[in-house]
Amino acid sequence: MTNVPSDLKYAKSHEWVRAEGNHGTIGISDHAQQELTDLVFVELPSVGRSVKAGEACAVVESVKTASDIYSPVSGKVVEVNRALADHAELVNSEPYDAGWLFKVELSDSGELNQLLDASEYSSQVNA
Amino acid sequence: MTPLRRTPLFEAHRKLGARLVEFGGWEMPVQYSGIADEHHAVRKAAGLFDITHMGEVTITGPSAESFLNRVLTNDLSRLENGQGHYTLMCNERGGVIDDLYAYRTGAETFLLIINASRIEADMDWLNERFTIRALNDGTRLSNISEKTGALALQGPATASFIDSVFSGPSVEGRKVEKPTDLKKNEIAAFRLTGDQIWLGCTGYTGEAGFELITESRCVEAVWNRVLEAGKAHGLKPAGLGARDTLRTEMGYPLYGHELDENTTPIEAGLGWAVAFTKGDFCGRAAMEAQKALGIGKKCVAFKMTERSAPPRPGYPIWTESSNSHATGSVTSGTQSPSLGLGIGLGYVPPEQSKPGTVICIEIRGKQAAAEVVRKPIYKKPV
Repeated sequence: MTNVPSDLKYAKSHEWVRAEGNHGTIGISDHAQQELTDLVFVELPSVGRSVKAGEACAVVESVKTASDIYSPVSGKVVEVNRALADHAELVNSEPYDAGWLFKVELSDSGELNQLLDASEYSSQVNA
Repeated sequence: MTPLRRTPLFEAHRKLGARLVEFGGWEMPVQYSGIADEHHAVRKAAGLFDITHMGEVTITGPSAESFLNRVLTNDLSRLENGQGHYTLMCNERGGVIDDLYAYRTGAETFLLIINASRIEADMDWLNERFTIRALNDGTRLSNISEKTGALALQGPATASFIDSVFSGPSVEGRKVEKPTDLKKNEIAAFRLTGDQIWLGCTGYTGEAGFELITESRCVEAVWNRVLEAGKAHGLKPAGLGARDTLRTEMGYPLYGHELDENTTPIEAGLGWAVAFTKGDFCGRAAMEAQKALGIGKKCVAFKMTERSAPPRPGYPIWTESSNSHATGSVTSGTQSPSLGLGIGLGYVPPEQSKPGTVICIEIRGKQAAAEVVRKPIYKKPV
């Protein structure tokens, strides 16, 4: 069983968003980090880049493979998690906290309503 | 699509929590506790791998040696009973059909350990070249892959418990009292509750250890006995993920990556396994021509010298001789668990193949600096 916090919104592609005002923090779910296995490298978007919902904008790499991460929401990247440069494993150990990936200034907060809530996401990954 | 094949250990792997993936038509464990964890277990203690997917071929009879010496690059006449070596099977152009281990298990008996993905290609090639003389004098070629299973037990702690599983003395192959008396590349059969298990002192990780070859029906018992005996010594089950990072750190080639039918052992840096001192063999003329005239590409090992994403197969390699296009490509690449940086193998122009040469790996459109290094890429601190 994987951890699916109830206060977050989820994309079908396993990213989560924590919305606070007009900002959203984005990461990958506990289920995703388990599937990806031990991460060794994270490539994040540049601060200032505009991303669209569903756009590939980061890459996480395990020993075996590189996987694209899709932004669940549109907006401008305002901050990235610099700790991951030396500690990609934080995404595995704390996917919802210290392992966050990047923050965006939301351009359309209505997009949040199109994402899955915790119970919908749980049924997707536990199906 | 044909359904994936399963080894006799499939249920055992599942119970151990393995993540199973497709490999060469088989459903195989890629990891149990994690690739890095298993990798470190093999370097520091020991790991046990299911390699039942690999192929086994026996050749028995008066013409076995002369036949094999015409289709394999290394010189089998050098092998005493119970000795083996790394060798290659090549086509007339010198292209590699397979890389394999050949053991002399008796005066006129040989055992070949071949790649899972090449069993059919190898058998076709061997059967096409089997001579009338060999047929008439009773020499027999058998693909025993279907009824044979194999395990690889690798790591420095292996010597501490292997003799407690196989009490010896050996019953075939090298005459020894116990498994730890076997030297590198030697093979002997031992009895384990009435069944016969071949132990070859070799592996694909750079660590001391054995490959265990036996009938499929015995594999699960051997797996359980070895796991139990090694538990107190830090032995862990290890998957194909760790097998790949371990062999990449050693610079060992993997068929389909560094080796294919359009690449010769000379280009792959495996000339040491080609015996030009023996008589004619498939691919000899082509390889001799390369030795005389030179080659167009050379396999090198490299490590990243700046922080970057891990190199991956297919990434372009740029060298000093690159003008507007890459001059080579990565064939194997990963994050080295032992070194904590990106490492790999790839092909470059021969003039850029010297250790110390600076090269660039193109990773998602960006160039990352790397350096050609001598093999093995990872050397254990002494």
